[in-house]
Amino acid sequence: MMETEVKNAFDSGDTAWVLICAALVMLMTPGLAFFYGGLVKRKNILGILMQCFIILAALSIQWVLFGYSLAFAPGKGFWGGFGWFGLKGVGLEPYADYSATIPHQAFMIFQAMFAIITPALIIGAFAERMKFSAFLIFTLLWATFVYDPIAHWVWGTGGWLKNLGALDFAGGTVVHINAGIAALVTAMVIGRRNCYEKYVSPPHNLPFTVLGAALLWFGWFGFNAGSALGANGLAVNAFVVTNTSAAAAALSWAFLDWKFNGKPTLLGTVSGAVAGLVAITPAAGFVGVGAAMIIGLLVSVFCFVSVSFIKPRFGYDDSLDAFGIHGIGGIWGAIATGLFATRVINPAGSNGFFCGNPRQLWIQLAAVAATAAYAFIVTFAIYKLVDGVIGVRVAGKEESMGLDLTQHNERAYTMLE
Amino acid sequence: MKLIIAIIQPHRLEQVKEQLYKAEVNLITVNEVLGHGRQKGIDEVYRGFKETGNLMRKIRLEIAVNDNFVEPTVNAIMKGAQSGETGDGKIFVLPLESCVRIRTGERGWVAIG
Repeated sequence: MMETEVKNAFDSGDTAWVLICAALVMLMTPGLAFFYGGLVKRKNILGILMQCFIILAALSIQWVLFGYSLAFAPGKGFWGGFGWFGLKGVGLEPYADYSATIPHQAFMIFQAMFAIITPALIIGAFAERMKFSAFLIFTLLWATFVYDPIAHWVWGTGGWLKNLGALDFAGGTVVHINAGIAALVTAMVIGRRNCYEKYVSPPHNLPFTVLGAALLWFGWFGFNAGSALGANGLAVNAFVVTNTSAAAAALSWAFLDWKFNGKPTLLGTVSGAVAGLVAITPAAGFVGVGAAMIIGLLVSVFCFVSVSFIKPRFGYDDSLDAFGIHGIGGIWGAIATGLFATRVINPAGSNGFFCGNPRQLWIQLAAVAATAAYAFIVTFAIYKLVDGVIGVRVAGKEESMGLDLTQHNERAYTMLE
Repeated sequence: MKLIIAIIQPHRLEQVKEQLYKAEVNLITVNEVLGHGRQKGIDEVYRGFKETGNLMRKIRLEIAVNDNFVEPTVNAIMKGAQSGETGDGKIFVLPLESCVRIRTGERGWVAIG
């Protein structure tokens, strides 16, 4: 029987761990939906939840049809091509280049969850003003022409940044810098929300935001520790440093708020935790707990400055700070990986600047620059294309009425009964 | 007949109700409203963005009374809601033209009690 052969080919502990981690990462997208949903006005929360949920559905299909092939099929430096179209040849045997001890499809479905959450992160930039139809087309094009190629560059067999030796354990470059830069571009081209000049709209439900942040923290154990692709010491290291960085960054932001805004805010504290999770993502498999603390403490400083000073200074309306937290946090994480990486933690990795290998820092910077430049240009092109064909922004009146009613014919909260 | 409208601090509602019941005023409508008077709102800060002079949560009471109940009602609200700090609220007394009890169709002063 085939079954015994398949059984012997993989490690059951590793497989169980990666499947559970895939489920943990899946939960991050609805978690993100609540993180973002609580921050918008009450008339727009369903719009956010719907965008996140439809991404979960649409990209699950895109991924098994051709997304996985574009990102991971062994190919040229740019992308993987269509060799694994419809998961052709992606079976239950391990594929040793990516993971020798788990079925190939376990790796594929784990990666699917990353491909899903990445475009969902961008939603924070254009929240409360994008047409649903335009959003759907934009997202599918972005996943195909931005996410899939960059995932290939960094993680795919033959990818040029992988060959260069760039370190990205769980997606700091592929997920966070990529989505963060896309967020900056879309926020700039779509323009500010109508209310922006007149008043700051307070979050309509901060408890939702905290619930979402907690789900993100929880799911991030799957994201980072799962990226070890096995139930092993490296996974434990990633788990521990992930938690440590999130904690340090939450404390750091709370104290920054206390010092500069008078009181420690809950929104600041949970924003810090998310920033800490972002920053440790590329480093989780290469650094120890001390470095994780420094990474976490400092990421909140950079993100705090970005959202409180740089954003108002330049006047772009990155509504929920997708760039300010994921972009800035991701860039710091990629650089920090080049600073603090050590082969003591991961013999398969590289040493960083502080372990006597300054070259790694330059490689990390090159990866950041290449990713940011590519994401910037192609996101801009996709946006302009969609805008030219169907128009991206809702009409002013629709924006005032809210996306829940105008895009979905529903409202989140009833007044009566 | 008068319509008494009072804006009070939310945390004073229970005390005001207690005083009203003592004064045998048992009919009351309560709304949650936003507003501020001389007392300015508290600044709110979201990721470094300050929002100043916010509207604060208040409770608005509506009580329709016959003329002989105006003073007891106003006094009861005062007793329950007064702390001496800014933000305690206001009481407005308006003339009331008519009143109909829907269940019976009674009109005028009998309909109020």
